[in-house]
Amino acid sequence: MFLPVQKFADFLTYSIFKIPQGSKLSSAVNFFIFDTIKIFILLFVIVFIITFIRTFFSPEKTRDILSHRKQNIYIAHILAALLGIVTPFCSCSAVPLFIGFVEAGIPLGVTFSYLIAAPMVNEVALGLLYANFGLKIAIIYVFSGEIIAIVSGILIGKLNLERYVEDYVFKIKVANVQYQEEKKTLKKRMSETLEFTVQLIKKVWIFVVVGIGIGAFLHGYIPTGALAKIAGKNNPFAVIFATVLGIPLYSNAAGIIPLVSEFKRLGVSMGTSLSFMMSVTALSLPEMILLRRVLKPRLLAIFAAIVGCGIIITGYLFNLILE
Amino acid sequence: MVIKVLGGGCANCKKLMENAKKAAEELEIQASFEEVKDIEKIMSYGVMRTPALVVDEKLIFSGRVAGVEEIKEVLKKEAGK
Repeated sequence: MFLPVQKFADFLTYSIFKIPQGSKLSSAVNFFIFDTIKIFILLFVIVFIITFIRTFFSPEKTRDILSHRKQNIYIAHILAALLGIVTPFCSCSAVPLFIGFVEAGIPLGVTFSYLIAAPMVNEVALGLLYANFGLKIAIIYVFSGEIIAIVSGILIGKLNLERYVEDYVFKIKVANVQYQEEKKTLKKRMSETLEFTVQLIKKVWIFVVVGIGIGAFLHGYIPTGALAKIAGKNNPFAVIFATVLGIPLYSNAAGIIPLVSEFKRLGVSMGTSLSFMMSVTALSLPEMILLRRVLKPRLLAIFAAIVGCGIIITGYLFNLILE
Repeated sequence: MVIKVLGGGCANCKKLMENAKKAAEELEIQASFEEVKDIEKIMSYGVMRTPALVVDEKLIFSGRVAGVEEIKEVLKKEAGK
């Protein structure tokens, strides 16, 4: 599938840059060109597909699905977590979304299943995982993100934590406007999707390139297995350490995945890397600060602890399954 | 014409405000602009996604950053009636 890309990378390396074939530099340069093009093609395709699907869903619709049908609470959690993947979500919207859901009478736990799934299963992360590690790892990523969202939501629901939601949330009157879904033609959907995809890639490309660049550097200069002692299978705390390390690194999410294959070569286990990545995308400091506006510190801490534990457990599970 | 951008002040909201100002300027429409950051006021429009664009108290759309051309279409329509 990527043969033309390989040919192009060969052409650039050997004919344009005139780097002699077989040298270390040539393999690094060739690898960098090939990988960059491949990753961006796959990233574009996957973000485009997800964004297109998303044009059919809105949080308003999700809210209606979750609040109108009086379904079994567990089904509601599963539904919320699934809708979390396909609804468009910007972390700035976390607060209005939260209030909108709670106001509509959706149980707190179900709201959390949604709020956790949305950033946890991230389209850029998904695209990059697929590009770097193939379908199996990508599917495992989606699956475990969903499980964490569902279980965390159920736990939060069971704990009856409504009193730790800021009081004003329950007092806000949400305008009872029946949201008029914009009528969209297929052409409009496509052009909107394309616009969003380009915007998103413009936002993350630098992180991806820097990530690949650091990966290429590690490739050339750091010996295989260098991190095996501190982050390998034999260190029982590696997953916990990776999860905690990931929390303040939100903006670099897109740069971390191109690095993961290098991490692997250096001896970091796959589960540890995945924990790191999930923590980067789902437990971000900026989002915590936003959520603080609607959640009292105690509930915020419980939320972070439950999701954090979920990520850690997943990490260990992967280390068991994949090694 | 009163143009409001609802949102917490993130990069997307700023971009939308910029585009709205540019659109009004290009159409030579007299308009006042307001950033609505207060969550209670945002919710009073029934909006769950930011940024959202409100023209003369009418919610036009929410949850995305529209381009200048698209906003121009909207403003023309709203000014015409």
